[in-house]
Amino acid sequence: MKSVEEIKTAIEAAVPGAGVKIIPNPGPSAQHSLQLDPRTAIDVVRFLRDDPELALDFLSNVTGVDYLDKEVSEKVKVTRPVTKTVDGVEQTVEETVEETRKHTEPGYLEVVYHLFSMAGKHGPVILRMRTGNRTDQVELPSFTPLWRSAEFQEREVFDLFGVVFSGHPDLRRLLMWDGFKDHPMRRDYKEPDDFEYEPTAHDEVLARAKEHQASGRGPTVTVEAKQ
Amino acid sequence: MKTPATTSGHALDWNRPPVFEAEGEGELLEVSMGPHHPSTHGVFRMDVALDGERVVRLKPVFGYLHRNHEQLGQSQSYLGNMPYTDRLDYFCSMTNNWAYALAVEKLVGQAVPERAEYIRVILAELTRVQNHASAIGFLIQEMGASGTPLMYAFREREKILDLFESLSGSRMMCNYMRFGGCRVDPSPAWLDATRKVVAGLPKFVDEFEALLSSNEILMARTQGVGVLRPDLAVNAGITGPMLRGSGVNYDIRKVDYYGIYDRFKFLVPLGDHGDVFDRYMVRVLEMRESIGILEQALKEVPAGPIMDSKAKIRGFRPKPGEAYGRIEAPKGELGFYLISDGSPNPYRYRVRPPSLINLTVLEDMCLGQNVADVVLIFGSVDIVLGEVDR
Repeated sequence: MKSVEEIKTAIEAAVPGAGVKIIPNPGPSAQHSLQLDPRTAIDVVRFLRDDPELALDFLSNVTGVDYLDKEVSEKVKVTRPVTKTVDGVEQTVEETVEETRKHTEPGYLEVVYHLFSMAGKHGPVILRMRTGNRTDQVELPSFTPLWRSAEFQEREVFDLFGVVFSGHPDLRRLLMWDGFKDHPMRRDYKEPDDFEYEPTAHDEVLARAKEHQASGRGPTVTVEAKQ
Repeated sequence: MKTPATTSGHALDWNRPPVFEAEGEGELLEVSMGPHHPSTHGVFRMDVALDGERVVRLKPVFGYLHRNHEQLGQSQSYLGNMPYTDRLDYFCSMTNNWAYALAVEKLVGQAVPERAEYIRVILAELTRVQNHASAIGFLIQEMGASGTPLMYAFREREKILDLFESLSGSRMMCNYMRFGGCRVDPSPAWLDATRKVVAGLPKFVDEFEALLSSNEILMARTQGVGVLRPDLAVNAGITGPMLRGSGVNYDIRKVDYYGIYDRFKFLVPLGDHGDVFDRYMVRVLEMRESIGILEQALKEVPAGPIMDSKAKIRGFRPKPGEAYGRIEAPKGELGFYLISDGSPNPYRYRVRPPSLINLTVLEDMCLGQNVADVVLIFGSVDIVLGEVDR
């Protein structure tokens, strides 16, 4: 089994300008991963699958990870001229001050792939791809045309995280129903107060009861208004 | 029926199921099998289009049992999630526990004492025997042999569940394994009782096989039905008895040698044709191999601690990092993927469900078959909806 560095070298030799980065894993498992550039990802994974030495024919696991927008504050040393009165004389002195600056690092969605080789019985090789942000640049290339095993798993990542896989032949929600709006595995997901996504006959009964009460002829039991 | 044509329009080498067309116009019958169909093993639906008796399209519909298990797992501590893993594949809670414990042990670099490893192997192989016996029982039940084989399987399963109950306190929701060992030390009496149950298992498999393997109806209904090609099986990420039924030699016990599987002698049964019969036969043979592992393991269970003395239980906070741990569960590769950010809860907790991924090829296996065989092919996949929908 080749190390991540060797795989990276092999990829760069086979796909020029692949733009592969190594993401080290500081934990004891030492499962380091390779970050792919979405523009060249299909060529890279096709090489990984078809290369006779690597022969990563088995895409085991596809999953998403959500990273929220992060507010980063960093201390910056700033030098600026300050006017001071020294011994009754006004002077302009350069002074170095520490300032705290805040900026927001945009969050992103990440898709993680675990590849193994059934022919060579080695693995895992871990690949990751990141979207531009969490809202409008969420498109990544689909690996389903290369591995059928990604078909349901990419649908699940689309459903629960909201990553759009371009080139997926049948990109629908997998676990939630089609009319559902949000993506429940995102870290800022808030569950709705009411899961009834379409009006039911029950709503009409409640509305009629409310009207009846308002007219003063109804029972004194209060019926909670439906939001 | 016309010859199948492959779907075009995809630039890449997309291994799609072939598309069938009905002979006349408006002759397709659309049937929704499930979610309350008795053969769906739970709440699962298949949108089937039929041309007479033949299946021309089949789309599985999931989510009826979805409870966002992964978000639940991220909202509580690592150990607090252990009982929830029981509810994934509720037939095999012991192997679920083991896969999760293995992933967390990889994440923190935790060692497991030898006695605990032996107990884990014993429990996992007992789980495999009872899972395969019940899976075959359900398959035969769906073929119309109402009751008898399933009850034979359940009789044996009950003995194994009694062992689980006396060890962990629960028949099915065992919650037994811990990071760095197991929860309670099995007594010598429990080990003796296990030896007794295991001694009776070969006779059960013999009886099961005498009843079924050369049965004419079983052979007629299953041979040549639901064929899965090995290249498609590998490409679609199929694992477990279904993959080996198609003749691909890939058993994670032999590939990763996780735990102490390098110490036992056992064979990996492989099928020749990849049909429903081969999947049935692979399960029967795997039961025999599991009994062999059980006999070897029960002979040499060492004395010693059941938990690693350095295992941390309170204030369990793995250092930032990630780990993917997988085992050969009875249904296939069960993997857990964890990302830690140094807090007591996992930042990301993912289950790789073998049942869901094995259903990827359900349509490929069913196309062109009779609708009555869909039930059999589906039964031969062996799924549990708690794991499919999570």
